[in-house]
Amino acid sequence: MTHYRFHILCCGGTGCKASNSAGIVRKFEAVLKEKNINDVQVITTGCFGFCEKGPIVKILPDNTFYVQVKEDDVENIVNEHIIKGRKVERLLYTDPKSEGHVSDSKHMGFYKKQMRIALRNCGFINPEDIREYIAREGYAALGKVLTEMTPEAAIDEMTKSGLRGRGGAGFPTGLKWGFARKSVADQKYVVCNADEGDPGAFMDRSILEGDPHSVIEAMAICGYCIGATKGLVYIRAEYPLAIKRLQIAIDQAREYGLLGKDILGTGFEFDIELRYGAGAFVCGEETALIHSMEGQRGEPTVKPPFPAVKGYMGKPTNVNNVETFANVPVIYLKGADWFNKIGTEKSKGTKVFALAGKINNVGLIEVPMGTTLREIIYEIGGGIKGGKKFKAVQTGGPSGGCLTEKDLDTPVDYESLAAAKSIMGSGGMIVMDEDNCMVAIAKFYLDFTVDESCGKCTPCRVGNKRMNEILDKIIKGNGTMEDIELLKNLATVIQDTALCGLGQTAPNPVLSTLNNFYDEYVAHVKDKKCPAGQCKDLLSYVINPDKCMGCTACARKCPVAAITGTVKQPHKIDQAKCIKCGTCLDTCKFGAISKQ
Amino acid sequence: MDMIKITIDGKVFEVEKGITVLEAARKNGIRIPTLCHMNLSGLRFVNKPASCRVCVVEIEGRRNLAPACATDVMDGMVIKTHSIRVLNARRTIIELLLSDHPKDCLVCMKSGNCELQDIAHEFGVREVRYDENCAMSTYRKDKSPSIIRDMDKCIMCRRCETMCNEIQTVGALSAVNRGFNSVVAPAFEQNLVDSACTFCGQCLAVCPVGALTEVDHTWNVIQAINDPKKVVLVQTAPAVRVALGEEFDMEPGTIVTGKMAAALRRLGFDYVFDTDFAADLTIMEEGSELLDRLQRFLGGDKTVKLPILTSCCPAWVNFFEYNFPDMLDVPSTARSPQQMFGPIAKTYFLEKLREKPEYKDLKREDMVVVSIMPCVAKKYECSRPELSYEGNPDVDYSLSTRELAAFIKRMNIDFNSLPEEDFDRPLGESTGAAVIFGASGGVIEAAVRTAYELLTKQQCPSVDFKQIRGLEGMREAIVPLPEGMPLKEIKIGIANGLANARKLLEAVQRGECDYQAIEVMACPGGCIGGAGQPYHHGDSSIIKKRQEAIYREDAGKPIRKSHENPYIQKLYEEFLIKPLGEKSHHLLHTHYFKKREKYEEVDD
Amino acid sequence: MAVKSLADLKKMSSEFKNTVSLRENGDNVDSLIQIKVAMATCGIASGAKEVMDFYLEELDKQGIKAVVTQTGCMGYCYAEPTIEVKLPGKDPIVFGHVNVEKASEILEKYIKNGELVEGIIPVNYETVK
Repeated sequence: MTHYRFHILCCGGTGCKASNSAGIVRKFEAVLKEKNINDVQVITTGCFGFCEKGPIVKILPDNTFYVQVKEDDVENIVNEHIIKGRKVERLLYTDPKSEGHVSDSKHMGFYKKQMRIALRNCGFINPEDIREYIAREGYAALGKVLTEMTPEAAIDEMTKSGLRGRGGAGFPTGLKWGFARKSVADQKYVVCNADEGDPGAFMDRSILEGDPHSVIEAMAICGYCIGATKGLVYIRAEYPLAIKRLQIAIDQAREYGLLGKDILGTGFEFDIELRYGAGAFVCGEETALIHSMEGQRGEPTVKPPFPAVKGYMGKPTNVNNVETFANVPVIYLKGADWFNKIGTEKSKGTKVFALAGKINNVGLIEVPMGTTLREIIYEIGGGIKGGKKFKAVQTGGPSGGCLTEKDLDTPVDYESLAAAKSIMGSGGMIVMDEDNCMVAIAKFYLDFTVDESCGKCTPCRVGNKRMNEILDKIIKGNGTMEDIELLKNLATVIQDTALCGLGQTAPNPVLSTLNNFYDEYVAHVKDKKCPAGQCKDLLSYVINPDKCMGCTACARKCPVAAITGTVKQPHKIDQAKCIKCGTCLDTCKFGAISKQ
Repeated sequence: MDMIKITIDGKVFEVEKGITVLEAARKNGIRIPTLCHMNLSGLRFVNKPASCRVCVVEIEGRRNLAPACATDVMDGMVIKTHSIRVLNARRTIIELLLSDHPKDCLVCMKSGNCELQDIAHEFGVREVRYDENCAMSTYRKDKSPSIIRDMDKCIMCRRCETMCNEIQTVGALSAVNRGFNSVVAPAFEQNLVDSACTFCGQCLAVCPVGALTEVDHTWNVIQAINDPKKVVLVQTAPAVRVALGEEFDMEPGTIVTGKMAAALRRLGFDYVFDTDFAADLTIMEEGSELLDRLQRFLGGDKTVKLPILTSCCPAWVNFFEYNFPDMLDVPSTARSPQQMFGPIAKTYFLEKLREKPEYKDLKREDMVVVSIMPCVAKKYECSRPELSYEGNPDVDYSLSTRELAAFIKRMNIDFNSLPEEDFDRPLGESTGAAVIFGASGGVIEAAVRTAYELLTKQQCPSVDFKQIRGLEGMREAIVPLPEGMPLKEIKIGIANGLANARKLLEAVQRGECDYQAIEVMACPGGCIGGAGQPYHHGDSSIIKKRQEAIYREDAGKPIRKSHENPYIQKLYEEFLIKPLGEKSHHLLHTHYFKKREKYEEVDD
Repeated sequence: MAVKSLADLKKMSSEFKNTVSLRENGDNVDSLIQIKVAMATCGIASGAKEVMDFYLEELDKQGIKAVVTQTGCMGYCYAEPTIEVKLPGKDPIVFGHVNVEKASEILEKYIKNGELVEGIIPVNYETVK
């Protein structure tokens, strides 16, 4: 057996793949071959999480973390690092605070506060090789449950661990399994909800791309617990890489006898099939998801009956989200007590977040429950981009709410976020700075829910559309104070009466911006101004004649010829022609142009 | 029965476990308004998507308002049905619905019968506070020979979808698109006429608004009546006489045969005839066909198709043409009564008229046959090319019961004070056997009355084959034959509602069916529940009352067997010669088409 | 390739272990024995490659968890091949003139038992973290 001196891990997550990580892998293999180096292994892994600086190349055992690597850098890395043992300084991550290079991932602020349970294998193993998963004690939890525990005992252990659904609602997983176990039927189903639909969220995708076996193993465990032999993964068709890796993983698990009949000689049978979703957000709601899998229109129905009683094809069905499942094997390996010690009183373990927006370190993170928003935004996320001022953070995606400066010390757990009038959600976290208009933000989210409404119930189908129209009116400067009142009433009624979670939570961004940034709404309505300077209809670009040197640069760049003036004379902007693109502002070297 | 205690609006009630809040409230006289919800008990139709949210109520301890129609009562539940929170939510929701609904009530066919209009009025919604230019969800209009779809008016209650898919298994209508643009429509942007639609019209019978309505031919009829060149005949179907009265505030189940004949005469029809006459004729033909098949079968002919399927219902004909193209030789070839009446009128009766000097030059195209039907599929049937002669349809116009009522009102006729009059002769005489065509099981009972006697050459012990009657969707009846017959009994299957018809047909396909005859009616309950009847607004007891009236009318008839109708006997003597004879073949029988293929060829 | 029982799975897991052990060790570097072999031109010329291979194989054979990495020239070109050994919780020690024989002695005495052996080069610098 070859003794490898180095492992070169290249991120093969969708983000890094998009910036040519596959080309980097090929180049490494070619260069190593050309130089006749055969004691270095190149591995494509799942997402490292630090997507901001992708593509990522990590070299082990010395934990060197290279960022934004290009194909042309490969030769250099091999020559310097692999052959001569010298790190390539210019490719190391630069700490934004100290401005020094950080050579190893252990010392990067991004990773320091993180604790990776669900993501334990992401960016570490080759997701397309079951042996690497087995080497990391993969399927040992399944083995343990099958050989040492009764289904009831295994459910008890799950309940004791305190794991709660990571899809957003936070329902205790053990309880859910218990309900499905209690239903009597000739067939039951385990369904994995991989229909991740929040804008900007990619937790589930990364887990499936980076560690598909953990989900497969967990589904089999769940199957044993509830008494199901069939598993279905409802995965969006827009996740081709996740689908490919999951399918490879399922095939390998079958080949190794870890799926199929008589698993590990225990007589337990379980197999998994994939079902593709067409990307409707509402299909993340479990009843809609089940209808979609059955070939029906993806629409929610009233619960009860709950899927645990009457689900897929009318049979008892347990639906869990990808991240929930990813936590399961570790819990059985390390025990409920171990898991129970992580997190806060009612929210145990960790949570994965997709960090996005106006933040330095955009990416995928996993932190223990109870970590504060401040820690996440400033320590892990590296603070606000371009040194701007923090304004708000939206948790829970379009169903969530925005939290402000005063909420920054809120520990991230189900209860605290709810108390702060937002939600945990599935893990989207979008940071906004002073340039974001909160009315526009509310409209942005509402645009999404209006698009994604299935159209079944009146409040969601018509109500959200009307809210969106009112917001549009306000943004365009045509709103009235009555409109704000109408908006408030509408939001409250929709929340109170919509059929499913999508509709009920759709008004949240509106209500929470109304609560936290009421003045901003009033400014749009009364002063016809957008304080953040984002709403085009409410701002004008003007040239200060005292500062204008008449250099004509702005007039030449203006795409609609709205700027006139003679050389060396102050210029003027024709407001009727101006399309508010902002090009003149960026062009002016004398600071003569301003937004008003 | 397990009883539990609940509190509604401060009062404690004992109700049975397992019912919904809405049911519990209604049973105790508390009205909770609903819109999408509809439960036709006894007719298997339940629509409770809980989607309109008008029926929301406040339940103590719950975070959100709950839809009363889809929330089961629980012991100790405390419910508020009219708190300000509930009232505000309902008003907001109705206002939202109105904001996406055309405000053309003045010209809407459903005005006065519109549930949205009623509820808006009830809630005193006097303005819609959204921008007058707010977006409206629109979809192109679609007009078929029977049904008009104006989806701009659709409120997404999905009753039509439930009806089309669950009760009828036609599958023509389903929700497409999503969110604000979601709409109920045939798949692939098809027009209704190119889809699997059978034109049974049950969708429009349950539509709360004017999104689904029937094609109105009243004006064509008025024009024909006022054209001096034209002789206008009218025929009325059996189920109309037991429902028309409802439109004039009479008790459901009131029989108005005499007043109806009087009204038709006053509307200006030249001859007021009865489709029942044609129903008797249908029995002669169809009964003979059954007999013929039975005798051939008993004679050892293995190619005989049994059971025979009735073919009176045009929606049913459309259904099997589309869904069972391999079985087109199984149904009876006998035309429906409407379409037997047409050619007899335009040949036999035309010849008789020409004997009169004033009509001696009367042309076929100047004789206009109008039918009054409880049905909207009949309109489509009139338009079928094979049911015409040299381009002139056998039946020119078909009006629904509702259209007739509106016509009578428009012509300023005080229906309730009209005298009872009789139909004209010869095409107005009928037997009790013909009347019962209007209820599920009636056609086959009428056929049995005749076939029994023709087969056994003996009198029926009783004409009331009560085992055949009922509103259940699928029934089976056995008629014992007297000793010494080659067949011990006749086994009959009866289906109403096309889902049940599909089940029976599939059993026939698998060879699991030992019936000799099957009657199918597309509409739940038969023609009494037809889509052209006065709106039942969700009250299925009305249909039950119409059914009872049908059998009362039958019992009151002096002659109750089709073959004993003297005018039928005369028709055969003078004109047709014998059932299944050459003239019958041309005038009273038809053939079927593979409907699906027809359209698939067009698509290529 | 089918895994027939839990015992099978466990066996397989330990077989596959070394496919990822390099990575796992790298992840827990502070708690492990670290051996850095100076592999600059001077080191390689004097036989550092053989020393590195010896450690990679021998540690694996004996089942000792350790991280063997290569490093650049440490500046003791006169004493090549040089290696730096850091036991958990102790200061790193640099050994000079390490051939395979010496490497074996360091392994047996210092790495396994903490006994110092000859050939230590006094460290005269600090590594900047």
